[in-house]
Amino acid sequence: MSTAAILAQFLEIVLALAGAPLLLGWVDQWRARLQNKSAPPLLQPYHVLHKLLVKESVVADSASPLFRMAPYVKFGCMTLACAIVPTLSTDLPLASAADAIALVGLLALARTFLALAAMDLGTAFGTMGARRDMLVGFLAEPALLMTLFCTSLITHSTSLANMVQSMAHRPFVLDPSLAFAGVAFTIVSLAENTRIPVDNPATHLELTMIHEALLLEYSGRHLALMEWAAALKLFAYSCIGLALFLPWGIAEIDAPLAMITAVPVLAAKLAVGGILLALIETVSAKMRIFRVPEFLATAFLLAVIGLLVHQLLQG
Amino acid sequence: MDALLGQSINLDAAVLLMVSFAMISQRRILSLVHLYTLQGATLVLATTTVAYLTHQDHLYVSAALTLGLKVVLIPQLLHRVIDRLDVRWDVEPLINIPTTMLIGIALVVFSFNLALPIAQLSSSIARATLGIALACVLLSFMMMIVRAKAIPQVIGFLAMENGLFFAATAATNGMPMIVELGIGLDVLVGALILGVFMFQIREQFDSLDIRHLEKLRESEDR
Repeated sequence: MSTAAILAQFLEIVLALAGAPLLLGWVDQWRARLQNKSAPPLLQPYHVLHKLLVKESVVADSASPLFRMAPYVKFGCMTLACAIVPTLSTDLPLASAADAIALVGLLALARTFLALAAMDLGTAFGTMGARRDMLVGFLAEPALLMTLFCTSLITHSTSLANMVQSMAHRPFVLDPSLAFAGVAFTIVSLAENTRIPVDNPATHLELTMIHEALLLEYSGRHLALMEWAAALKLFAYSCIGLALFLPWGIAEIDAPLAMITAVPVLAAKLAVGGILLALIETVSAKMRIFRVPEFLATAFLLAVIGLLVHQLLQG
Repeated sequence: MDALLGQSINLDAAVLLMVSFAMISQRRILSLVHLYTLQGATLVLATTTVAYLTHQDHLYVSAALTLGLKVVLIPQLLHRVIDRLDVRWDVEPLINIPTTMLIGIALVVFSFNLALPIAQLSSSIARATLGIALACVLLSFMMMIVRAKAIPQVIGFLAMENGLFFAATAATNGMPMIVELGIGLDVLVGALILGVFMFQIREQFDSLDIRHLEKLRESEDR
């Protein structure tokens, strides 16, 4: 393990923690602009986090220790997820801790804790939100796994760092299976990050919310951690997508100096990705909750077809 | 450049398959027509690419024919039928959509396996896409089975013909000109006749649900 690798790992975690709210602010700003509203300032998520962190945290009398634990578990899971995704460099000491399958497991762990904590107090909204979140989760997970398998079939590895490395190095070919996997991954990330066709992140309307319903009972620093973790999740998903499908510009083990250019490249990719996300959210309407299984079944199907097409065209 | 064009045929095939699945999952008739137009346009692209790569000039003619018939004429015809019948609303399929999609995956696996030995015998440039073409045919066929209304069934029939056309291009670099002309005109005539047929069904039963056609006996109240 070299100093450069440790430095890359440290830089990645710091960048994720500091940059995730910025990405959220960027998406919110563009969405407001595209919808002809006056846009909030770019740094709005930081102000919200600061406000929540200095406020007192109120916890219900009936809450169990699990309720207090959940924000920390979720925040920890998301930070680790951001740490193992190769955003700046593929030479990461932590990358050997978890491959793509374990990464999906890590995201599932965070989801489970969040759902349990929401059910903990026994309020109607928390339970409803938890059930909806699990509905989305159990449909999105197989689709996400299939998408990752699709790319790992091409690269013959399940380790994210190796996958990204061989994706960046192979000769440029028009690969239909990657197109299928890319569309499937976009659908899954929209659902997992509770973006518009599945859930509206900007509303507190009781009948439609999923993510907000889970967080209703949280306040103060707990809520701040939850919101920050949600931003980290969006960051992690965007980075997985960018690393797998646009793997260029990421530093590697024999060229650690490429990290200097990797930061602006990543920023540019995230900026374009954020605008695209805002565009998707603007042009599509939120779907009924019972249409969500259909939406996610489509993602699963596309990923499976991607696998099959890869077999057919290569075999 | 030629290698990239060769790969672009695979990409076109993938788009065709994606459009077929989109058709299965689509409830709105108007979107179905748009998808059909997109499928036709992809077919034109694929045929032109094959024609360019294999230097077979008659494929250019058939691509132009596809463009005229399947991208311009038939969609316009369908739009007019939809306007006159006033059927823009959602239609529910007989089997729910996630189940249909799972059956669709099974069909894709089946046709990929079926096409593999045939594709190995063929020497054409796009032989690997034969499985995809077969899958498109079967998926459109399934769409005709699971839809209760007449217009989606007609679109399913037309999409099936698109799949067949692509299979012919993929496996044999195009059929003889006379066959292609015949099929193209057949489809046009078929679409015209089915259009008239839809008006007749509607006039008889006040609905486009073809389940009414299953009642053979003449009932008193009608």
